Amino acid sequence: MSPINLQDYLVVSSLLFCLGLLGVIIRRNVLVIYMSLELMLNAANLALAAFSRFNNNLNGQVLVIFIITVAAAEVAVGLALIVALYRRRQTTHVEDLATMKL
Amino acid sequence: MNDPLPWLILFLPLLSAVLITLFTLKDGRFSAMLSVGAIVISLLLSINLFINHAASAPPQDISVIWLSVGKLDIHFGMHFDSLSLLMLLIVTGVGSAIHIYSIGYMKGDPSYGRFFACLSLFTFSMLGIVLSDNFLQMFIFWELVGTSSYLLIGFWFTRPSAANAAKKAFLTNRLGDFGFLTGIILAWSMTGTLNFAEAHQRIVNNPEIFDTAATAVGLLIFCGAVGKSAQFPLHVWLPDAMEGPTPVSALIHAATMVAAGVYMLCRVFFIFDPSALTVIAWIGGITSLMAALIACQQNDIKRILAYSTLSQLGYMVMAVGLKEPPAAMFHLATHAFFKALLFLGAGSVIHALHHEQDIWKMGRLKDKMPITYWTFLLGTLALCGFPLLSGFYSKDAILAAAWRGSMTLFAIGALVACLTTFYMFRLFFVAFLGKVRSEAASHAHESPKVMTLPLIVLAIASVLGGFFGIMAFVGPQFGETDSVVFAPFEPFQNAPAAACLGLAAFAIGIFAAYALYAKAETDPLPAKAATLSRVLRNKFYFDELYAALIAATLDAIAAFADGFDFGIKMLVRAVKGTTELTGRGLRLLQTGSLQTYTFLFAAGIALVLYFMLLR
Repeated sequence: MSPINLQDYLVVSSLLFCLGLLGVIIRRNVLVIYMSLELMLNAANLALAAFSRFNNNLNGQVLVIFIITVAAAEVAVGLALIVALYRRRQTTHVEDLATMKL
Repeated sequence: MNDPLPWLILFLPLLSAVLITLFTLKDGRFSAMLSVGAIVISLLLSINLFINHAASAPPQDISVIWLSVGKLDIHFGMHFDSLSLLMLLIVTGVGSAIHIYSIGYMKGDPSYGRFFACLSLFTFSMLGIVLSDNFLQMFIFWELVGTSSYLLIGFWFTRPSAANAAKKAFLTNRLGDFGFLTGIILAWSMTGTLNFAEAHQRIVNNPEIFDTAATAVGLLIFCGAVGKSAQFPLHVWLPDAMEGPTPVSALIHAATMVAAGVYMLCRVFFIFDPSALTVIAWIGGITSLMAALIACQQNDIKRILAYSTLSQLGYMVMAVGLKEPPAAMFHLATHAFFKALLFLGAGSVIHALHHEQDIWKMGRLKDKMPITYWTFLLGTLALCGFPLLSGFYSKDAILAAAWRGSMTLFAIGALVACLTTFYMFRLFFVAFLGKVRSEAASHAHESPKVMTLPLIVLAIASVLGGFFGIMAFVGPQFGETDSVVFAPFEPFQNAPAAACLGLAAFAIGIFAAYALYAKAETDPLPAKAATLSRVLRNKFYFDELYAALIAATLDAIAAFADGFDFGIKMLVRAVKGTTELTGRGLRLLQTGSLQTYTFLFAAGIALVLYFMLLR
């Protein structure tokens, strides 16, 4: 069994990213869309970590730590928004959130 | 500059106009006194100047620099020679008589003060034209005269006809003045000076100075005279200008302002070349004949006199065109006297009949208004050229000039003389003799002394005007040294044929008028010559023709502008339509669905990646 190489990591990362994108596009619940977005973010993180590991450059891993930190803050804000939205509209379905449409 | 008297002559009337406008507009009597005082003092000062001036003396100039622009100095000056002194006397003399007459005629008018302010303004502007020594100053005063004429024609501006007449006069004059200004600029660019004397000198030194433009310069400057002196084809404004008060018609539209055109032609006579002079002579001839014909079938007393003025102005212009400016100035002077007299007489009649101007509603005024009757008769005889009266000599001078210059023009002149006698005696027989034709005429009364006195003074001037030797006074300035000092029967020695034919014309005219009108109840001509009468009554349809021409021109311009406008409108619409259509199309993408946006966003990135990486 050959050792796991960079391509394998990137394939996993791409799959995760596409799953996330698909989730964003087809799901209707804002909460789930939000989770899918996080999935895409983590797919990118995985790719960065893999590149860092195989190129012997630690900058990528530092960046990953940064992204995780920022994403945590972002999640806090995002979830707060969704909770506020739910309280106001009693729904988290995107079809019902089209008041910006002309 | 050391001598303040000449400046006083010019600026006293202006001072009076300003004082009246600023302070005494409410007090009519005081305003009248101011205005009359100003012009009478100007008259006395002019007489003083005139006495101290010998005919052979060199012209005197006084001028100050008014504006200095780069190398160009614009002077404001006064030029005194025989020509301007004669004109100065006419303007202040006739002007004084008319100012005094106005005191009586305008009595009771609510705008008494305003009337005198305008009269003073006019006097100032007219004196400015007479005295100016350069083209630019003359043009400025020329326009000022136009303005005061506008103000006075439209004096009773609440009457639409008066307001329209004022507008018509102003606009028609504008047309002539445009040519005049173009001519001035052209002459200035070629001679390099605006001053009359310097321009004259340069033309004498270098006769080819205008090169091929000589005729054009002359004719453009003549345009100014065509407008101001109401020559064909810009004559249409003068008869309408009779809407103004009668003293205004007498002063501005008979004696002085309309003569300014002729005066200007004499002043810049050196500028005209032979072909320009031929045109001038013919325009004058055509105007005099046309106006005399029209005058035969008018019924408004002032309009008859207005057409008569046109006709006489045509005579003067013709004389200038025949290279005899002294004859033109002579006729200008005598005409100023007897035409002012006739207008004031007409004013007296109109005043007595409570503003009735139709001669067929007058009649038998001889007994009611003796002074008006006798002075009017003298004026009529003088105008028709009755021997020993002033008009005889001046008209004969012009006919003699035509006799020497062109037989066709002489024939026109003689015919006009005949017609003049005819229409003047038609007016005279119908209005003053015959039967009383209306209620108003039966209650007529003689005008007050303040009105009859100027009539008498002007009548004396009309009778004696021929004896002063005006030709001999002005002649030397135009290089005529052989002008004889006056002799009563000089016309018969000088050009016997012309004088005799002139007399014959007078006799035929008066006989025809007597035969047709002495006992007429109504005008017999419309029955005898219907078509001719109708054409003359409608003034050869000039007003209608101009109205149609102007309407057609404006329609064409309007149609073009409309087409142009349509093009622009279509262009704007196309731009607007495209924008709107694009907007509507793009609006479909704005679904408001988060998923759609995300999908499009992802698709876009996929597309970009495809192009960047795989191509």
